[in-house]
Order: sequence, then structure tokens, then C-alpha cells
Amino acid sequence: MNTNTIIRETENGLFPASKVMLDLKDLKKIYPTPKGDYVVLENLNLQIMKEEFVTIIGHSGCGKTTMLSMIAGLNEISGGNIAVLGKYIKGPGPDRGVIFQSPSLMPWMTSLQNVLLGVKQVFPHATKAQRNDIAKYYLQKVGLEDAFYKKASELSQGMQQRVGIARAFAIKPKVLLLDEPFGMLDSLTRGELQDILIEIWNKEKITAVMITHDVDEAIFLADRVVMMTSGPKAKIGDILNIDFKRPRTRKSVLEHIDYYTYRKHLIDFLEH
Amino acid sequence: MAQNIVLKENKKKLILFKPIEIIFKSKLSKNKLLLSFKKTGVTLVSILLFLMLWHFGSQALYNKEASYKINKALTEQGKVAADAERACIYSGKNSCQPNTLPSPLQVWTSLQLLIADHYVIKADKKVFEEQMFATNKALIAKGKNKITYTGRPSFIDIVLTSIKTVFAGFLLALLIAVPIGIIIGLSPFLKSAFNWFIQIFKPVSPVVWYLLVFMIVKTLYIGNNSDNAFVISFISVGLCAMWATLVNTAMGVASVDKDYINVAKVLKLGTFQKVFKIIIPSSLPLIFTGLRITLSVAWMVLIAIELLAQSPGLGLFVWEEFQNGANDSNSKIIVAMFVIGIIGFLLDRFMLSIQQMVSFNKNEGI
Repeated sequence: MNTNTIIRETENGLFPASKVMLDLKDLKKIYPTPKGDYVVLENLNLQIMKEEFVTIIGHSGCGKTTMLSMIAGLNEISGGNIAVLGKYIKGPGPDRGVIFQSPSLMPWMTSLQNVLLGVKQVFPHATKAQRNDIAKYYLQKVGLEDAFYKKASELSQGMQQRVGIARAFAIKPKVLLLDEPFGMLDSLTRGELQDILIEIWNKEKITAVMITHDVDEAIFLADRVVMMTSGPKAKIGDILNIDFKRPRTRKSVLEHIDYYTYRKHLIDFLEH
Repeated sequence: MAQNIVLKENKKKLILFKPIEIIFKSKLSKNKLLLSFKKTGVTLVSILLFLMLWHFGSQALYNKEASYKINKALTEQGKVAADAERACIYSGKNSCQPNTLPSPLQVWTSLQLLIADHYVIKADKKVFEEQMFATNKALIAKGKNKITYTGRPSFIDIVLTSIKTVFAGFLLALLIAVPIGIIIGLSPFLKSAFNWFIQIFKPVSPVVWYLLVFMIVKTLYIGNNSDNAFVISFISVGLCAMWATLVNTAMGVASVDKDYINVAKVLKLGTFQKVFKIIIPSSLPLIFTGLRITLSVAWMVLIAIELLAQSPGLGLFVWEEFQNGANDSNSKIIVAMFVIGIIGFLLDRFMLSIQQMVSFNKNEGI
């Protein structure tokens, strides 16, 4: 049944180092408050494989976004460390692309300019035509071939988030971090964008970590679903392997015998 | 959603041609036509009411002044003198007209006179230049300054001088306030270094700014015989008016959306790129709000400063007419008042359309 090539833990509970893309070790986050320190995350250990798609699920305020922005380098680490391919991270960088919850496009730029902003940074030696080609390629991939020269402020929310996806993939990051990217969209648009995301991801196989509140989204996209305990002092509560083969279609996932077992597992954890 | 986008585009393109847009669109829809008729109607009625109020008000003031004059003649010189005074006033002779608020008609006549006067002066100037042509050519050949027309300026010249001064002052304010505002907005450290300066000098009156500029420019111009009134007035105007832009720019730069900054961080944009590609564009709407305030403040303080600096603009014109006290001085002052108001309004509209062009749709969520 299991046709996935994902490597599972060895006996000591760790993955072989050569396969690890992202390694969070004893991660800790403290926010000082007037009443004393507030510990958001503590003893958080998580390893994410190369070419793996991990979704993170947990209650609001449990520290998911804090963890993701720490990986992105936008939030300081209070203790422990984060390594990408064995190297500790120092601040943000384009090796970790982020798709934010709000599209965060520059509204005064066209969608092409928004994507080019990152492309120029990552490929400084490419010619203008090459950069344009890269940006246009990814915009086409997200279905925006007719909107290259539209101002971001003129696009709908869903279209803006498509540009956000194109911008993130176009800089060819090692890790893609997605912070509830579809949380603000209606369910139809959300489905469309999940399909687009997974289609590009199938091609590029960029290690992805995605936060979501949506159990179905978590199962549909992920190789593993990481469940976080509620804060304060949140850590990894449980990890669920999703053994559907790729490429997946929504229909095949929904019709799979294991689907409801996975779903029940996640909901049981969240309602616990 | 697509429709929405199209509408937004139209809005942006046509913002400069709003009145034309209204006319064209109203042709398409009966309701809109009716509405715009109603709107113009209301405006016309209110203008008419204003003119009536003005007319009757000035008439009442005229009568009061006239009866005072007649009474004065009666008590001081007797009945014969009073009758003579009355006859003189009602004959409309210039020499004995009561000096008070002019009626709309008088103001209208003055405006026409001022415009006619402009053509007289223009013709005068042309004749002068023709006569001096040969002399000036010789002077220039010798490397000397040519002789220019030094007769009194016409009303149009005066208005143009004022507009020139206000734009020079505005440009100065822009060149000082925008760069400093950006620097202050970027660095909280520099902000505290500059803050006392802004807080103390922002509320200073235009008159005092003029005096300060006068002290400095006067000394700098020692040995230079050219007229420094223009320089003094535009610098004073610029210094008075720049504060709104300074504060708005600093605020705009300091309050750039955190999401944009995060994007810049993730992409590791350099400082130069971060400032010019993200921070400045995103604070443009606020910068232009500041510039709009600056231009209207500049126009407002200009009148007072021209008066003090003896710069031949509208401010000096108004003051000189007041000092002059001629029969039509009061109506000339009212003409200047309307001209000042209308130009101020046009300048504000001009800035507003630029402001709307640079502002983008700032709804982050949806």
C-alpha cells in the first residue's frame, strides 16, 4: 500500500543527517512580559526531510506562527537552534521563501514587478530578459498569464495570493514556509489555490512547511502532519504520516480508505 | 470582481478629468443628468444668494456711511453744506463717495479696469523695449546689463510674481523637507536628535520667519545691488510651509506596513533597494498629503510675507491699495481677495489630483 519513498525514523528517533533539510533542536521562545517571562515554545524538536511537505496544525495561539517566523529568521530564537542543511540560520534570507497569510504584495507594483523584486535579488547576474522569463514562467504556472502588468492593488485577494506563490517559488528557496496562506480565502478559491500550489510543488519538490487550521487541507497536501500542543510551552504533540501516493487528486484522496482514519486522528488530537 | 477592477482603472485614469467625466457619464444616464443639474442648480442658487447678501450688505454700509457724512456736514457746517454733500454723494462723484465695502458691481468693474490696465502696461512695455532695442544691443555687446522696463507692474504681473514665489517656496520646502523627513523616519535615533528642532520651530509665525530670513539674506547680499525681495520672500514661504511635509514624510516612512518590511527582509534587499523600492513608494501617499498641506500653507503665508518683504506680488498689492485709499482701492482689494482664493483653490485641486494618482489601494486584508 505504501508507495511513498519517504524515509522514516531510524531506531534512535532521528533521521539520517544526509536526508535532513530543516532541523529544529530544543527550540525555545520566550516573550518577556511585566509579569515575568511568557514561554511560548519549549523543547521543540522537529526534523524535516528534503523534498518533504509538512503541515503543522494546532490551536490558535499555540505558537505555530512564532515557530514559522523563527525558521524564516524574522523572529529571534530564545534558545536551541535551527539549521538548514546542517548550517545554523542567522536572520532571514532568500534560502527560506515565505508565503505570508496576507499576500503582502507591494500594491504600487505590477504582479510581474512583485515577482521580479525577489528574482533580481537571487539571480543578480542574470540578464533582464532571463529574469523576466523566470518571473513570467512562475506567474504562468499560477494562472496569471493575463495579469503580468496589472497593479497588485487591482487584483482580487485570491489572485494576489497567486502572485505570492509565484514570488516564493521564483526565488528557488531551499525551504518554503507557508503561514496559513489560504486562511483568508473563500473555500472555492482555497481549493483552486491548493491545487495550484501542489501542482507547482510536484514539479519543484521544494521542502515545504505549512501552517493550517484546516484538517482536510493538512491531509491533502502533506507527507506528514505535525500536531502542536496548546501553549504556553507548546511542543510537538504528535506526528501523523500521510501515506497517499503522489501526485494526488482531491478525489483520490477523499476516496481513500485511510482518509477518515487520518481525519479522525487529527480531530481527536485537536479536541483532546 | 473583474468589473471591480475595470471600475478602479477608470477611476484612476479619469481623476484629472472629473468634470468632463461627469458631463460624459451624465449623457448616458438620465438619473445622473438630473442629479448633476440639481447639484449645479444648488451651487448657482447659493452663489446668487451670496451676491445678493453682499449687494444689500454693501448698500446698507454705504447708506450708513453716507448719512454719517451728511450729518457731520450738518452739525459742523450747517444745512447748506449738508445739502451740497448729499447732492455730491448722490451725483456719484468720485471725490465725495463714502469709503466702505464695495458692491459686487464695483468689484466687477475694478476687475475689468485692472485687466484693461494690464494691456495698457503691456503696450507701454513693448514700446519701451522697441525704443531701447538699439541701446540694449550696444550695452550687451559691451558686456553690460541691458536696461529693463521699470514701470509699475500690471495686476497680471503681480499675480504671476506671487505664483512664481509660491512655487519657488514650495520647491524649497520639498527639497528640504522630503529628504530630511525620510532620514528622520528611517532612524529613531536621528528622530530624537531632530525632534526638538521640529517641535520648537513648527509653530513659529510667518512674520518671524521673514525677519530671520531677512537678517541672513540681507548680510549675504551686501555688495550685491540686485533686488533681494523675491529671494527673501520665497525662502520665508518655504521655511514656513515645509513643516507639514517634514512631519508627514517622517510619519509615512516610519509607519511602513510591517508585511512589506518582512518581505524586504526575506528577500534580503539592500538598504538602497529597501528605501527606494519599498519604503518611499509605500509612504508616497502620506508624503503627498504633506505636500498638499505645504502648498496651501505656502499660498496663505505668501500674502503676509510679500507685504513685509515689499515683493511686488498680491500681498504688497493689497497693502498698497489699502494705504492708497483711492476711490476704487477697496474694490481692488476685494478683487485680489477673490483671485487669491481662486488660485489657492486651483493649487489645492492640482495637488489633490497628483495625490490621488500616487496613492494606491491600501486595503491589506482583502
